Amino acid sequence: MAFYRPTRWQRSLTIVLLTLLLGLPMLLNSLEQGFYIGFATRVLIFSLAATSLNLVLGFGGMVSLGHAAFFGAGAYIAAICQQAGLSEALLALPLAMLGAGLLALLIGAISLRTRGVYFIMITLAFAQMVYYLFISARAWGGDDGLPLSERMRFAGFSLVDDAALYYLALGALAVVMLLLGRLTEARFGRSIQAIRENETRMEALGYPVFTYRLVCFALGGAVAGLAGALLANLTGLASPALLQWTQSGTLLVMVIIGGVGYLYGGVVGAVVLLLLEEVLLGYFAHWHIVLGLLLLAIVLFAPKGVAALFGRPRG
Amino acid sequence: MTQLILEQALNGLQFGLMLFLLAAGLTLVFGIMDCINLAHGSLYMVGAYFVAAAAQAADSFWIGLGVGVAGAAVLGLLLELTLFRQLYRRDHLSQVLATFALILIANEAVRVIWGPAPLLLNPPEALAGPVELPLFGETFFYPAYRLLIIGVGLAVAGLLYLLVAKSRVGMWVRAGASNREMTEALGINVRWLFTAVFVFGAALCALAGGLLGPLLAVQVGMGESVLILAFVVIIIGGIGSIRGALVGSLIVGTVDTLGRALLPTLLRATLPGDAAATLGPALASILIYLLMAGILFFKPQGLFPARA
Amino acid sequence: MPSRLTALAAALLLAGAAHAADSIKVGFVSTLSGPGAGLGVDIRDGFNLGMKQLNGKLGGLPAEVLIADDQQSPDVAKQAADKFLKKDKVDFMTGIVFSNIMLAVGPAVFQNQTFYISANAGPSQYAGEQCNPFFFNVAWQNDNLHEAVGKYVQDKGFKNVVIVTPNYPGGKDAVSGFKRYYKGKVADEIYTKLGQLDYAAELAQIRATKPDALFFFLPGGMGINFVKQFVAAGLSRDTQLFAPGFSADEDVIKAVGAPMMGMFNSSHWAHDMENAENQRFVANFQKEYGRLPSLYASQGYDAALMMDAAVRDVKGNVADKKALQKALEAKRFKSVRGDFKFNTNHYPVQNYYLRVIGKDVQDRVTNKTMGTIFTNHADAYVASCKMK
Repeated sequence: MAFYRPTRWQRSLTIVLLTLLLGLPMLLNSLEQGFYIGFATRVLIFSLAATSLNLVLGFGGMVSLGHAAFFGAGAYIAAICQQAGLSEALLALPLAMLGAGLLALLIGAISLRTRGVYFIMITLAFAQMVYYLFISARAWGGDDGLPLSERMRFAGFSLVDDAALYYLALGALAVVMLLLGRLTEARFGRSIQAIRENETRMEALGYPVFTYRLVCFALGGAVAGLAGALLANLTGLASPALLQWTQSGTLLVMVIIGGVGYLYGGVVGAVVLLLLEEVLLGYFAHWHIVLGLLLLAIVLFAPKGVAALFGRPRG
Repeated sequence: MTQLILEQALNGLQFGLMLFLLAAGLTLVFGIMDCINLAHGSLYMVGAYFVAAAAQAADSFWIGLGVGVAGAAVLGLLLELTLFRQLYRRDHLSQVLATFALILIANEAVRVIWGPAPLLLNPPEALAGPVELPLFGETFFYPAYRLLIIGVGLAVAGLLYLLVAKSRVGMWVRAGASNREMTEALGINVRWLFTAVFVFGAALCALAGGLLGPLLAVQVGMGESVLILAFVVIIIGGIGSIRGALVGSLIVGTVDTLGRALLPTLLRATLPGDAAATLGPALASILIYLLMAGILFFKPQGLFPARA
Repeated sequence: MPSRLTALAAALLLAGAAHAADSIKVGFVSTLSGPGAGLGVDIRDGFNLGMKQLNGKLGGLPAEVLIADDQQSPDVAKQAADKFLKKDKVDFMTGIVFSNIMLAVGPAVFQNQTFYISANAGPSQYAGEQCNPFFFNVAWQNDNLHEAVGKYVQDKGFKNVVIVTPNYPGGKDAVSGFKRYYKGKVADEIYTKLGQLDYAAELAQIRATKPDALFFFLPGGMGINFVKQFVAAGLSRDTQLFAPGFSADEDVIKAVGAPMMGMFNSSHWAHDMENAENQRFVANFQKEYGRLPSLYASQGYDAALMMDAAVRDVKGNVADKKALQKALEAKRFKSVRGDFKFNTNHYPVQNYYLRVIGKDVQDRVTNKTMGTIFTNHADAYVASCKMK
């Protein structure tokens, strides 16, 4: 793998897409298909979550099988905020990011001492711990999860309307993508990718490899927390299912389908996977078989993912 | 009190030995081929379904167990030849993904073939009740079927020990785990060794699934929770080490059982009611993960590292 | 574009046009896979049998039943319900088995002003402060069956009881329901993990406690395993088992078999009740599915009949929500459990019976009704319900 660099036409494509996405709720409403606004919001939120994992996995080169812990923690923090009477998303969302980021900092600080498969396994084990901790707390609903009595408000505006939440998710995704795009081209982004490629060399050059990795891991956790908090608003529930290790697996699948280490890999993966699910589930109840075969095909024949067909990483 | 402690110890042993059947195959595949197999739990599930289906068809638990284990071995062989051979050379990420895909396929395929409801598997009639043993002047009760599981588990553990520690194949396996290139250079056909180990692992999975079927439930998703435990076991024991897998299994089995049995009572005695009621189950369920993190912190390669 | 047409029709109805709908849509979300599948499948089969006897019509209008599996996950259930409400614009919803899922789905249904006819889940929240005009329960309030067991255990003079339930709100409801009527000593309350399958550690603990009776509430596959392991451990010799009907109906009996004989349980319905509706229902259910119905099936069946009667009452004008609510409250259908009426919180006031598991005349292991525990029993939460 090499350094990520966006191609020239990617930027213009992004602007066109963004404009189209801005008009989507109006289009759907005029077609009497308001239901799909919620679905589109779900896609945006999962794009955000997958992108956060891509930061850790694709750019940082850390194969984490515990990303669901931060995604789920974000959802729970949002629900806990609301339970405590804090219903302003402008405060709750940053709190979710902070909480999930700190959790990632803690887990990362221990896990990053290990290498290879041990890292995969220890992140998985920590995520299981987080899962059991959340479902054991009776005040947080136990196995039932913690419901939100209603959606939050954003700067005073209610998010009860599906379109409002859609625009919030779209905004969050756009901002995160913009910042990540900058980050990957900045010194930090270059260094973390260089560490992924050759850790020993970067170490020898005097880079604080451990710290760089840890920061990257925590950043990924924080963004996942943001996605989780948004999802809790969409579904009205901070669910233990978000914390399960299969959720980590699903996010991993999205990133791989989209393209590991491509800025838009997470987004592409989330869109492809959720669209496939929505379409195929209508025709074939056992669509997981199709998905599994597709994944196998990708691993065996196109290990770089869908985004690789568009973007070109250069050395 | 003796009854309680002895009964819980036997429960821990029974749980640990079943974990060992799963962990043994997993640790060898992991250690020798350097391949993460998330679908190991699916082999356990599919094996259990094979056993349950065969037992229903033959109306005999023992025939079902034999046929099911053989069926799982054949499935393992096919999987190894078609898929896993391609995966050994790939990076861990590809292995995680491909085997995750296998989990999805396996779960859904089982749902298609056997339906969404759990399958029924009953223990042999003769073992359905308790065994009564006179002990220190008291009568000691223990379910007969669980005793059988303990017996089979001990037998398999002994057999594996002889096989790995004393036989020529076992020597190759140990050599493969500690240094693969050197083993290949010595002219051992590693390719077929891999196949044999994988098939053996699949058969052990089915044995565990078939034995636990009557006790637990043969259902979709039964492999996932146990897979994580098996991973914890081999990380604690050291990847690639059979001895580590055995010790790790017994530690995890005992700690988990005793934790669940004793922690709530212990905490109730020391903490106020509400805090104890919340903390007890929470602590009991994360105990083994805490243990694993602790062991990794002091011995990053596990208790019995196999690699030189 | 049929969806646009339906949408147009819905818009017209919402505008207050007084003519009747030309068809009725029912959204059925239930647990149809996993360890709890037996319950959901029975509710579905009971509901479908009801629809079949009504010739696929509700109140004389052609009806469409959309079915979704919630996989016992609140998440999945919410998504399915959302689709039914917003995309398919259903007139009724029903089917949910578990209270935690009901509580997750409820707000969206009520906000959409769609009537939910619960054929099982009866959470205390919706019986008390959060009671809602759009929520009806045609089965029972969660605590009721536990209260009945508690009363019986108390009356029979048991003095030393151990309680086993999963560590989730439904489990806590069970304990409070049981203890509302059982006043003796509770030697131990054991809370297990939801979905736990191996009870070895708990059984050892119970053996050490030596209770004379054990009350357990472990729905679905959990109960099957618990009873099997309880008997295998030899505990049934000294300890009498008690459970609500949920843990002792046909789905569990089918799986456990003879070891369940002699177990007492409570229910608001039994397949050997001798009213004409019930005899027809039980006979037809056996003919259709080749097995005895459980209490879940009877509840699903009643839910279909209840919708039918209400739609007929409002002459198909389901857009008039106030009238439809009145029609549902009036309860014009004949239930298979015999007569009952709705309380102000839309939960039933009805009798609860004692059943025991044994062999019937055809040598099947099944439930037999022994007597009445409560007559016209209401739930404990109705006082705090201020129905709008």
